[in-house]
Amino acid sequence: MDQIMSNLGLLFEFPIVNLKIILDGVMIGSLFALAAYGLALVWGVMNVKNLAQGDFVIAGGYVSWFLVKTEWLQSLLGVSDNFVILLGVLVAFVVMGAIGWVCYKLIITKVIERDLFTSLLATFGLAIMMAQIMNLLFGSDTQSLKLEYDTLYFADGLIDLPIAKLIGVCMAAGLALAVVLFMKTSRMGQAIRATAQDSRAARVLGIDTEKVYAFTFSLNAAICGAAGAIIVMVWVIQPFYGITYSVRAFVIVTAAGLGNLPGVIAAGLGIGAAEQYGSHIFGIGYQQAIAVLLLLIILIYKLLRQRRLRQVLQ
Amino acid sequence: MSAKKLVLYGTLLALTIAAPFLFPNFKTQLATLWLMIIVALSWDMTGGQMGYNSLGNIFFYGTGMYVAAVVTIGIVYDVGEYTQASGGGIYVWTWGQYFAGMALGTLAAGLFCALCAFLIGWITFGLRGPYFAIGTLGVAIAAGELVSNWEWVGGGQGISMPNYPGDFDQFKLVIYYLYAVLGVILFMFVAWLYQTRFGAAINAIRDDEGKAEAMGIHTLRYKLITWAMSAFFVGAAGAISAFQLIHFEPLETAYQTINLGIFMVVCVLLGGKGTLWGPVVGAVMFQVFKEATWNYFLGWQWVALGALIVVVVVFFQDGFMGWLRYKRPEWFGIRVESKDAATEGAS
Repeated sequence: MDQIMSNLGLLFEFPIVNLKIILDGVMIGSLFALAAYGLALVWGVMNVKNLAQGDFVIAGGYVSWFLVKTEWLQSLLGVSDNFVILLGVLVAFVVMGAIGWVCYKLIITKVIERDLFTSLLATFGLAIMMAQIMNLLFGSDTQSLKLEYDTLYFADGLIDLPIAKLIGVCMAAGLALAVVLFMKTSRMGQAIRATAQDSRAARVLGIDTEKVYAFTFSLNAAICGAAGAIIVMVWVIQPFYGITYSVRAFVIVTAAGLGNLPGVIAAGLGIGAAEQYGSHIFGIGYQQAIAVLLLLIILIYKLLRQRRLRQVLQ
Repeated sequence: MSAKKLVLYGTLLALTIAAPFLFPNFKTQLATLWLMIIVALSWDMTGGQMGYNSLGNIFFYGTGMYVAAVVTIGIVYDVGEYTQASGGGIYVWTWGQYFAGMALGTLAAGLFCALCAFLIGWITFGLRGPYFAIGTLGVAIAAGELVSNWEWVGGGQGISMPNYPGDFDQFKLVIYYLYAVLGVILFMFVAWLYQTRFGAAINAIRDDEGKAEAMGIHTLRYKLITWAMSAFFVGAAGAISAFQLIHFEPLETAYQTINLGIFMVVCVLLGGKGTLWGPVVGAVMFQVFKEATWNYFLGWQWVALGALIVVVVVFFQDGFMGWLRYKRPEWFGIRVESKDAATEGAS
């Protein structure tokens, strides 16, 4: 209790610390928002709740990590580690897109028409499989990649901002922007949005919904993969960290609702910041619990609001 | 009850009692089999019979473990001091103390979990379908994280139960029979329950909750009572597990969301959801598969299990009993008119 009070006191004594916490939160939150956007996309278009979301993220991280560690690209092209790490985001995007397509063809295509619990359980099984395969292939140690850039300091060194993290956030923002533009302008993006609105009508109008589903799921996996490749260069990954990203993605989508991109981004950044505050005040051990409790609070809040609506109807 | 059924049940009961002597090397595996049967049967009470698929029943398992530990230790020593010493101090249990702790702890675990089910259910039963599953999963994950930060019960290090005062072989037998007795009681209880008005009411909730409410069933009350009963048995099973494992820690053993928490659902799906025998058959099939992969595919056992989950969920969702009901409807008291008779009647 004293610890908590002194941590709280610190926030008021040095207001600049707040800025650091919020900055950290925004950086983490932007990556959560990417995973959550993919989840909202799949959820909205084909009504599948993908619990393997976090494992796609981690798998993307391992793709990038593996690419850098094998070093054949460095020797082949004569480029530095830094370049390969940044290139890894693109490679992870492509590779995970392919893996997502395979997952769709093997599993997801069979659960689209079924009830929601089926998709939840099937992707849970997929999540277990992916985490274990990564564990067998890459070992259970935490891994990360170091970008050789400086760290910027502000406010007498109270705030440190590694350029690597800055690059990560910019890449996340760029990716989000690209996906949004793709959804708004391209022919495929239109087809995806049409299928999400009414899949039967879309079929009648000549859209190959099966193709749209496959594309959406592999796009989701690709977004997650790129997010994972960013995560591996700013934080660490480990085969079993996937569930934490899945939980966050679910919290964000539940809070923001489907098809609400500004909401997803705001909720993602908000959860990132809330978690950083929580772990600063209560200690790092509570970080995961705070995310989950937020989910419960949001669900209860929505429930109470529904109850109120019901009473009005009576 | 017909004579045929009586013979079947009698044989199974005799087999249950004799099993640890017939297979003396598999006492632990047999005990785990009973644990799976208990959690699968109690999951099916809400999942199969009432249509509320919980992914958080593992919460009651973990809570049961901790309640049993706290009660057993608490009636003899101070819990805070005990966990502080983390096995370093000299703590001895006499026979009387051990069994008193076991009886009280198991009962307290069951009752406390039933109470928890009431409180959590009051909030989460407003959620429908997959939201209920995610909400309950959230409760289980959050509880694991919170307990692992709670130093009074040992924090992330976990907590040690007293050692059995007698010899180890006898201990395994005691644990097996505890599980078996709980399992048999549970089976008899649900077999009776599903034939009563109460069983019909929860089936009505599964089939159409809105209509059930319109028919005058107080749905929330039925849902809460069913989940509390289910939680009682899971909690009691968790308490026995705590004694069996001797030492356990919160994240991997007590609130093991991705192991037992998901296994119980897979057992029920494998055997057939919403049937009396489904969870039992499924638990046996699952346990055999698990032991086989653990022995022959070491290293890849988890991948095999994940694949099993996917395959069962995607392709065989009706489970073994569902398949049997389709093939042999007359065994389930369902009469199917043959196609010829139907067309003759129409013409």
